[in-house]
Amino acid sequence: MLEKLILVGIIFTISLVIAMYATYFERKVAAWFQDRIGPDRAGPFGLLQPLADGVKMFLKEDFIPRNSDKWLFIMGPGIAMFTSLMTSTIIPWGPDIVTASGNIVLQVADFDIGILFILGVVSVGVYGIMIGGWASNNKFSLFGAIRASSQMISYELAMGISVITIVMMTGSLSLRDITEAQHGMNWNIFYQPLAFVIFFVCSLAELNRAPFDLAECESELIGGYHTEYGSMKLGFFLFAEYVGMFISSAVISILFFGGYNFPGMDSVEGNTLAVLGVVALFVKIFFFIFVIMWIRWTLPRFRFDQLMHLGWKRLIPLALINLLVTGLVIAFTSGWFN
Amino acid sequence: MQSLSNRSKVVSDKPMTFMEKLYLPAILGGMWITFTHLFRKHNTLKYPEQTKAFAPVYRGMHVLKRDEQGRENCTACGLCAVACPAEAITMVANEREQGEEHLYREEKYAEIYEINMLRCIFCGLCEEACPKEAIFLTDRLVPTEYERADFIYGKDKLVESMDYRIDITDRQSTGKRTEK
Repeated sequence: MLEKLILVGIIFTISLVIAMYATYFERKVAAWFQDRIGPDRAGPFGLLQPLADGVKMFLKEDFIPRNSDKWLFIMGPGIAMFTSLMTSTIIPWGPDIVTASGNIVLQVADFDIGILFILGVVSVGVYGIMIGGWASNNKFSLFGAIRASSQMISYELAMGISVITIVMMTGSLSLRDITEAQHGMNWNIFYQPLAFVIFFVCSLAELNRAPFDLAECESELIGGYHTEYGSMKLGFFLFAEYVGMFISSAVISILFFGGYNFPGMDSVEGNTLAVLGVVALFVKIFFFIFVIMWIRWTLPRFRFDQLMHLGWKRLIPLALINLLVTGLVIAFTSGWFN
Repeated sequence: MQSLSNRSKVVSDKPMTFMEKLYLPAILGGMWITFTHLFRKHNTLKYPEQTKAFAPVYRGMHVLKRDEQGRENCTACGLCAVACPAEAITMVANEREQGEEHLYREEKYAEIYEINMLRCIFCGLCEEACPKEAIFLTDRLVPTEYERADFIYGKDKLVESMDYRIDITDRQSTGKRTEK
């Protein structure tokens, strides 16, 4: 029990710190892609910039519009933050740590329905955006909220179907089982490249990240669902997005890139393996965080009909075909037709 | 139609091929372009530490020059005010008294000389018009103020002090008229 509590504390802290520094890194990456330097004033290399931003957020006036629904307005960022932090509970962070009094499992809870839990919690996350946009009593916020929810519904289907192929291959919904099945270099990306592409595109859409950030597009909706927000409530919305980025990078790494598995992992064992496994997982997570930022600073935003077109007419059929082919291959290889 | 510049491109609205419809090659191509930018030299000037040199012909805040002996060059002829397209310059002339020879170079001088920096367009025509090499535009910037009245610069701000002379030797108009 105590070790779980400590683990929860550590994961909570890591999620927040990584989200904090993701904001810094986002600005740095944007600067590099645009031949600039980026934040470099606060501390060495601007490393204290996230702290400065946080202090600024907290010191701003905590404003609630008069015609807004006050409680929903406060709840919106809370839900967004809560759900994005909650998903990290079932991520398997690494192989077991071996101690004298038994193994410590680096996973807060190993649900049998692990991946479904993530999909479910992420879907609840859109309620934060929806409630926030609705409660603002502002048409632009409402537009942003509607866009976010319709986008979420459209892309969750393709996302779910692409996950099912992985589940079919592994025969388990548990994230730990999925990770264990990709031992060494036996990663799912080599068997399911199409599912990876679909899942990646859909997770960008679920995160409301560019090029699918229609819910908050500045040029049309003046910030979308968080137009009326300020102070740390806005901070929570933005923070939730970065925590979500961290978690979805973790999920992508686990589903398709072997989680904490790394080539040559059989030559080490015990705690060395645990440490190297955690390092391997975090290297993959950071890589995907970078890729998500890379995409954001490369691609322009989709138009909304293009977004719907891509979601319903391209990704869902592709995911279904992929599912069908995977099913047939599994059926043939396991000898159902003999 | 014949192309004049040889740079015109024929555009067409032919339907996209399958590869183009896939988007992914184009997206990867774009990502490759941004990736190469990671390793490019940035053009940022870290401003407070590094500053950029002004061009020698930069036209900033005006200065009313004194000669080597510290006498004001300006004789209040009014040519600068006439030349000024924005009508930013006003002056009141006065006659030099006995004992003021060390202050003013010629018998007439500007008692009041004002430039409205909000009207001024920094075209430099006053500098061109000046027959006495008295007024020059320098590479100094006009600082911001809170009141409109503070932008009307009198002689206290315009005439250079002897302790801190303004170097205008790089100005294009310097010495042109003395050669003739």
